[in-house]
Amino acid sequence: MAAVQGGMVDEKEEVDIKTEPQSDGLMNTNATDGRQLSPSPSSSSSAGSTKSAAGAPEDQQTLLAVLQFLRKNKLTESVEILRREAGLPEDALDTKGADCSAPSSGGTAGGVDGLDAGSLLSRVAVSSSAGTPAPTKAAVADDQPDVSVVLSAYSQQGDPALYKVYYSDLKKFIESVLDCHRAELSQVFYPLFVHMYLELVYNNHESEAKAFFEKFSGDQECYYEDDLRVLSSLTKKEHMRGNETLLDFRTSKFVLRISRDSYQLLKRHLQERQNNQIWNIIQEHLYIDIFDGMPRSKSQIDAMSGSLAGEAKREANKAKVYYGLLKEPEIEVPLDDEDEEAENEEGKPKKKKPKKDSMGSKSKKQDPNAPLQNRIPLPELKDSDKLDKIMYMKESTKRIRLGRENLPSICFYTFLNAYQGLTAVDFTDDSSLIAGGFADSTVRVWSVTPKKLRKVKSAADLNLIDKESDDVLERIMDEKTASESKILYGHSGPVYGISFSPDRNYLLSCSEDGTVRLWSLLTFTCLVGYKGHNYPVWDTQFSPYGYYFVSGGHDRVARLWATDHYQPLRIFAGHLADVTCTRFHPNSNYVVTGSSDRTIRLWDVLTGNCVRIFTGHKGPIHTLAFSPNGKFLASGATDGRVLLWDIGHGLMVSELKGHTDTVYALRFSRDGEILASGSMDNTVRLWDAAKAFDDLETDDFTAATGHIHLQDNSQELLLGTYMSKSTPVVHLHFTRRNLLLAAGSYAA
Amino acid sequence: MGFGVSSFAALTATMAEREERRFAQVSRESVALMAESAGVELGEEMAAVLAEDVCYRLREAAQSCSQFMKHAKRKKLTVEDFNRALRWSNVEAVCGYGAQDALPFRSGKEGELFFVEDREINLIELALATNIPKGCAETMVRVNVAYLDGKGGVELQGAVPTAVQSLSDDLLKYYQQITRAILGDDPHLMKVKSVSHDLEQLNRLLHMVRSLVQNPYLYLGSYVRSLVSSVMYCILEPLAASINPLNDHWTLRDYAALLLSNIFWTHGDLVSGLYHQILLSLQKVLSDPVRPLCSHYGAVVGLHALGWKAVEKVLFPHLPAYWANLQAVLDDYSVSNAQVKADGHKVYGAILVAVERLLKMKALSLSHPGEWCFNAQTGSLAAAVGYSSPGLSPPPESLSEAAFGIASHLQAGSGGCPWEEWAPVSLPAMYLELYSFFGDSLAVRFSTGPGLDSPPYCPSALLREPKKEALGQGSNSDTARKMPQLTANLSISPRRDGSPRTDPPPPSLRSRYSSSRSAQRLTGLPRDVFPKARFASPQNGPPSFSFVIGGRQMGQRCQGRRPFQTVFAPTPPPAAVPPRAYAHKLPVIGRVGKPVRRWTCSHYSLLLPL
Repeated sequence: MAAVQGGMVDEKEEVDIKTEPQSDGLMNTNATDGRQLSPSPSSSSSAGSTKSAAGAPEDQQTLLAVLQFLRKNKLTESVEILRREAGLPEDALDTKGADCSAPSSGGTAGGVDGLDAGSLLSRVAVSSSAGTPAPTKAAVADDQPDVSVVLSAYSQQGDPALYKVYYSDLKKFIESVLDCHRAELSQVFYPLFVHMYLELVYNNHESEAKAFFEKFSGDQECYYEDDLRVLSSLTKKEHMRGNETLLDFRTSKFVLRISRDSYQLLKRHLQERQNNQIWNIIQEHLYIDIFDGMPRSKSQIDAMSGSLAGEAKREANKAKVYYGLLKEPEIEVPLDDEDEEAENEEGKPKKKKPKKDSMGSKSKKQDPNAPLQNRIPLPELKDSDKLDKIMYMKESTKRIRLGRENLPSICFYTFLNAYQGLTAVDFTDDSSLIAGGFADSTVRVWSVTPKKLRKVKSAADLNLIDKESDDVLERIMDEKTASESKILYGHSGPVYGISFSPDRNYLLSCSEDGTVRLWSLLTFTCLVGYKGHNYPVWDTQFSPYGYYFVSGGHDRVARLWATDHYQPLRIFAGHLADVTCTRFHPNSNYVVTGSSDRTIRLWDVLTGNCVRIFTGHKGPIHTLAFSPNGKFLASGATDGRVLLWDIGHGLMVSELKGHTDTVYALRFSRDGEILASGSMDNTVRLWDAAKAFDDLETDDFTAATGHIHLQDNSQELLLGTYMSKSTPVVHLHFTRRNLLLAAGSYAA
Repeated sequence: MGFGVSSFAALTATMAEREERRFAQVSRESVALMAESAGVELGEEMAAVLAEDVCYRLREAAQSCSQFMKHAKRKKLTVEDFNRALRWSNVEAVCGYGAQDALPFRSGKEGELFFVEDREINLIELALATNIPKGCAETMVRVNVAYLDGKGGVELQGAVPTAVQSLSDDLLKYYQQITRAILGDDPHLMKVKSVSHDLEQLNRLLHMVRSLVQNPYLYLGSYVRSLVSSVMYCILEPLAASINPLNDHWTLRDYAALLLSNIFWTHGDLVSGLYHQILLSLQKVLSDPVRPLCSHYGAVVGLHALGWKAVEKVLFPHLPAYWANLQAVLDDYSVSNAQVKADGHKVYGAILVAVERLLKMKALSLSHPGEWCFNAQTGSLAAAVGYSSPGLSPPPESLSEAAFGIASHLQAGSGGCPWEEWAPVSLPAMYLELYSFFGDSLAVRFSTGPGLDSPPYCPSALLREPKKEALGQGSNSDTARKMPQLTANLSISPRRDGSPRTDPPPPSLRSRYSSSRSAQRLTGLPRDVFPKARFASPQNGPPSFSFVIGGRQMGQRCQGRRPFQTVFAPTPPPAAVPPRAYAHKLPVIGRVGKPVRRWTCSHYSLLLPL
């Protein structure tokens, strides 16, 4: 599967286009900033097309390359269209853009990988077009030229025997410098090591490469172990083609943050020694983000490093993020009060009314950090949604206030007889339904209340019922079909992610078969199959307002969809490896993705830009959770650690150590006081999120540099560890009253 | 294909071990061999290159298949994962290895050939099979409150004890059979403690433990310990069932004690460390006056079951202290005390049997060098109490053998932790002391008790024996249960017959009973005095029954243990009279009545110095 990523490129294409450092925002092919996200097919097609990139010189080159490629493949019509489009102003819409990308992508299959933008562009083009034929032939046959382009940087010949000398010379130097610089300069070791090794391999110095690896691999930080393992198996030039890790190293510059003093030190040393080999690598493959001020300490560096491509550049996290919550709709309050009053008249005296009012007024206040209400178009509230909101309000008045002294009760939903096949779980927000995705391609839905699951009557029967009656919603249901659970068949591979729509009428599931399916929970049938990811889709989630959903998969991109569009509205490209989990921000304006490149990215739904990159995890990220106020993010990874992030400042807030295995589930309590984490190690742990966020003091310097001082207070923050009986915790959910529900399948 | 699969298995194995940095290698030779089998001639160089590439591809595939495992939230990499990785990299999948179970990966007898075991399946048989499997159970969700307010742990529903997880398939089936056999359909009976009200259940449980212990194909390992602890529970705990006097928990305790000794016999190697521990706990129970009498009873039979050495070490030193308590119970004639007193008699009987056996075995162990010596010993002993029984000396060689068996076992068992406080008491001294408690009854039992006629000890006999015991036990308990409260005492006798279990009774159990019965009838003497003895006789004529009654009756006239003892004198001879010894025995039994009074006197004299 790795092979396909390589893609191909026209041999005639200029092979030595220099890769320019680009911000990730530019790499996106989505509509440019400021354009309203309009969920129409034409806009979605623009995601696939390449025209938005026009303007920047490198994008022009990309276009040129694509045109050449198309011509070579005799796709004259596409060439025409593309050329015409490239000349047009960027905001012009042409539905043919989609047609253009579809046939071209059939051929490109994996992308023009010569340069950053190009590769991502074409990859996007490939995967965005729905009916792309399997890119098998193209990928396998045409890998070679691509690799030669890519690796041309490695072709410079140095004496292979000297590599060891160079490296150990540098090592000696770095070990001899002052302590404060040593930690910073040590960051250079890993990227240098990898590039030198690859250079040796590329130039067919197999034995030297092996010796080099043997000698210095032990020096690398332990969290690069996984990458080193991949590297160690790579000993031949032929193997380099189509290797994901290699491509990642090539397509992106490894980012290091080094203080100016330390950098000068390094530069001087290398120039003195005439150590051009190393200097070249640093110049070409490393991006050194130089900052003024005190060098960072070892622990500071360790907290932030570990990702596949180094740390995030400081500029990457500078964009303003509107993390505030959207105002609740105005109509809500009077409706709610009325209803509450009606309730009170029947039952208790009206005591709650003042309380209600205060809540209403609170929600009326506009949060300065909140996005505009209409920043992205959101679906109109239906009557049923309003009713649900009212229910939610009522429930939340009965909510238990959690805290350090008041921990939640935990209910465990155990899936029995699942034969290790349970892969995903989701609860509805009101905790009335639970769904499980299984390795046998099925999705099963259970009702966890006494209310059974019923299908809607058949069309013929529906004609018979009285449509004017008050209980028409009840009448359309077919009592004969009532059962505790329903099975949804449709996928042809393990179901890796599922998500209920907020209104409980739909269910999303994504699977290894490359599709995302939308199921109706009224008819219990599949409504749409969204094809776009041509590779396994690892996760999907509905927007908190419904209608939109996001998915991410093995093709390294996350996609934003609307339920009524068969093509994605946005494609979030930038991750260097699989997108393993995707989550919507509570205000629906942002999407966060975690990846196996060990980074977390926050994407603006409106612009499609990446607005935050969080590094610090040492393993693939498998779960993410926003705090209810939208300010913070929690992430869990295979390294068993949970990291907390401040979205506004783009900083790591806290590191929660305790789990001994992959963290698969994270959830904040409804009021954000408690963070619950569930793991493969069969435990649920509760953390004092309120304390972690309160302790946070962000001074200007920290905010400006992003250099955080983390104190190790995991043990202080850990409120409790709760064991299950050999049942890995796959999902966590707080009910509206703050009862914690956990789910997992018993592993016999 | 075969090689591919095998190296794949090896590869996954290496992945499992993180610290293992080396990866599987497909050797040049393997590639050459494969090519040959496909009819292609490969050059040496070509094979080497190919081999290296195969290695790389395998590693790559292994790398990418692991993510399917991670996303499926599993810890175990399956063949299915690997096939997915292959499929996505456009390589043909490996078919035929999709089973969920781990594939047995073996090495050939010779050479370095590894293969996956691939049984041939008879398709015809499969197709025509009538016992079509019913299919798997429905996947379902069960909820339970795991933690309330962040505190406490409530058991997960549907969870199986962790120990079960490690079992292999066959053992799992066995486990399921056993649990079903024990629990029936009631899942609440997972613990012994929860069934203490139900003797039937406990009995079933014990029988199950027995069959587990006796299963020669089952290595119990450390589980023996938990078995022992459950058995100990049955022996010692004041079960809820004991509250109702109609419940025959005594039998249960007897049976459990028997089982305990059985475990020690057959699994001595596994429980060696436990022996000392068990003795301690038995001693604790015995020395705890707060415990109900049924617990004490359990402790005594438990000690008895563990062999005479245990009795000597624990019970004997405790006897003086304990005696006072027991006596107090026995001497209380209030109506409210009737039940307790009956229990007290039970304990008394148990102690008596244990002590009797202790003396006998001790005598034997002292006399082991030869028949004559033994006879001399007994003779001298008998002389010491003014009673000689030369004609009664049983064939000693067989018994001493058995005695050795037990003794050596005990020594092995307690080897690790010697019983420090215990100082051996010489046999006569012991006898004197014991006599001070039991008086004549001891003497009678000592001279004629069971066990002297045991067949030579052999392990197989031991293994077979318990079944018979169980049978006898069952029938006994039946009678006992039917008896009204007063005669519940009857079960003493089965216990007494059954309790010297370390010493296997002769196979001719029945005949022995009948003989003793006839002996009783012949003597006639005790019947006049203790007519109630007839109740017992139809079943197995337990002599101890009569002495208990006697004790009580006599107790009304006099106080203390002296009258008690005098009453014992007319006790009929014990049951265990071998048929062949019967003829010899007759006159002796007849004579028993006469020396009694003399014994009482001698008893007095013996007692004075104490």
